[in-house]
Amino acid sequence: MRAYIALFRMRLMLEMQYRAAALAGVMTQFFWGMINIMIFEAFYRSSVFRPAMTMAELTTYIWLQQAFLVLIMLWIRDNTLFEMIRSGNVAYELLRPVETYYFWYFKLLAHRMSGALMRCLPILLVALLLPKPYRFVIPSDMLTFALFVVTLTLGVAITVAISMFIYISVFVTLSPRGSVLIFAVIGEFFAGLVIPIPLMPEWLRNFVYLLPFRYTGDLPFRIFTGNIGHAEAFQGLLMQCFWMISLIAVGRFLMNRVLNQLVVQGG
Amino acid sequence: MRIYFKYIQVLFRSEMVYKKSFILLCIGQFFVPFSIFFAMFLLFDQFGNLEGWDFYEVALLFGVIHLSFAISEMFFRGFDGFSTLVVNGEFDRILVRPRSTVLQVLGSKIDFTRIARILQGLFVLSLALTHIEIQWTFLKGMTVFFMIIGGIAIMSGLFIIFASMCFWTVQGLEIANIFTDGGREMTQYPLTIYAKGFRIFFTLIIPFGMVNYVPMQFLMDQTHQVSIIYAFAPLYGLLFLIPSLMIWRFGVLRYKSTGS
Repeated sequence: MRAYIALFRMRLMLEMQYRAAALAGVMTQFFWGMINIMIFEAFYRSSVFRPAMTMAELTTYIWLQQAFLVLIMLWIRDNTLFEMIRSGNVAYELLRPVETYYFWYFKLLAHRMSGALMRCLPILLVALLLPKPYRFVIPSDMLTFALFVVTLTLGVAITVAISMFIYISVFVTLSPRGSVLIFAVIGEFFAGLVIPIPLMPEWLRNFVYLLPFRYTGDLPFRIFTGNIGHAEAFQGLLMQCFWMISLIAVGRFLMNRVLNQLVVQGG
Repeated sequence: MRIYFKYIQVLFRSEMVYKKSFILLCIGQFFVPFSIFFAMFLLFDQFGNLEGWDFYEVALLFGVIHLSFAISEMFFRGFDGFSTLVVNGEFDRILVRPRSTVLQVLGSKIDFTRIARILQGLFVLSLALTHIEIQWTFLKGMTVFFMIIGGIAIMSGLFIIFASMCFWTVQGLEIANIFTDGGREMTQYPLTIYAKGFRIFFTLIIPFGMVNYVPMQFLMDQTHQVSIIYAFAPLYGLLFLIPSLMIWRFGVLRYKSTGS
């Protein structure tokens, strides 16, 4: 375990170096958030139809999505891992005295956490100061906030577990572009990143609730906005644990299988 | 022009070496905008309208901008990844050849997988055109065509401007995404729904509005005064290429090699 924690810290410090890239990311996400809020606001303005989420909740939900984008987007990837698989250098990874699955898992986790740490605060701080329809609202009670932090942490753990399947698939296909694209499109739609899940029609929502993707970002964000009550939040938390454990178990099983069958040509 | 076709041929052949990967990528590329379009459909399905705009009217805007974006992304990919040409010194070699720099950068890369996105754009556009309630005239048909051309010009202009920035910064600017990807994201809805400042900036400075709500008013017979201006408004997008190319020229003139 200590080896993983050390790795995690090293990675975190490395990522903190790229501040200029983070600033550009912040501006882009800020613009994106504004556009999205304006679009949904226009829809709310034009119709008497009201989905199971108020505009104020939706605004906060969108800002959270933008602020914690790095934690939930599946297209965020570590190209060095792909390169390792393609070139055969992955053989060196297997020599390490730690299990490759967990080694990569914590590397990716650290990558996402450090990215989010740098980006979330500036976005949320500015969003707090915006005028009314665009303002980000903080929950009033501590329990909501605590639940948010716990579910978001479990959410990242699930995102990384899902993203591990992309790396595993590259052992078979050897080309990451296709895998990343397909995982990203499907995963992001069902995680509520194209339209928030409460805005989906009922039949689609029921389907989405059966999949793991909404437990990455949708659940913590809706807890934060107050759209999901405490009782339901605890239920969701249990589901998150279930998904995290099973996704990691399946991922480890598949990873060990591809690694056993792996043939690295010399040279 | 002959040289450009030669470039296309060569690049296409090199792409075809990895046929399976190419086809898979195309399928993926098709579904990226498709999921966004599907989301738009779901929203209209529930809310009914968007400030008086119905689904097919907005789908027309969506089709136009996605088609324009896909076409310029396919052919102007060389500008999109221009920073690599500057960083590795490849651009020095371009400068010593007796052909225009624009042509050579264009020919340095063409992303053929974008064909899938072009198809997706065409699919949405034709869906919109067959269902939309419009009294068609010849001029209105031309206006739709102008909208696509104008859209391509604006997007390409943006790619050129941000490529030119590399002459100063060497590294590519991530901020560029706000205007290219962000512009596309924004323009798939009528710009009238956004805050006033946004709308004015994206109509007069970066003229997305000229291929968006302005000509739509003509198509839907909602213009009050001289409607012909609205019909030809998309061509204003072509003018955007002029400052873009001027910035490029200026950048090329003061280019200092990175020495690598």
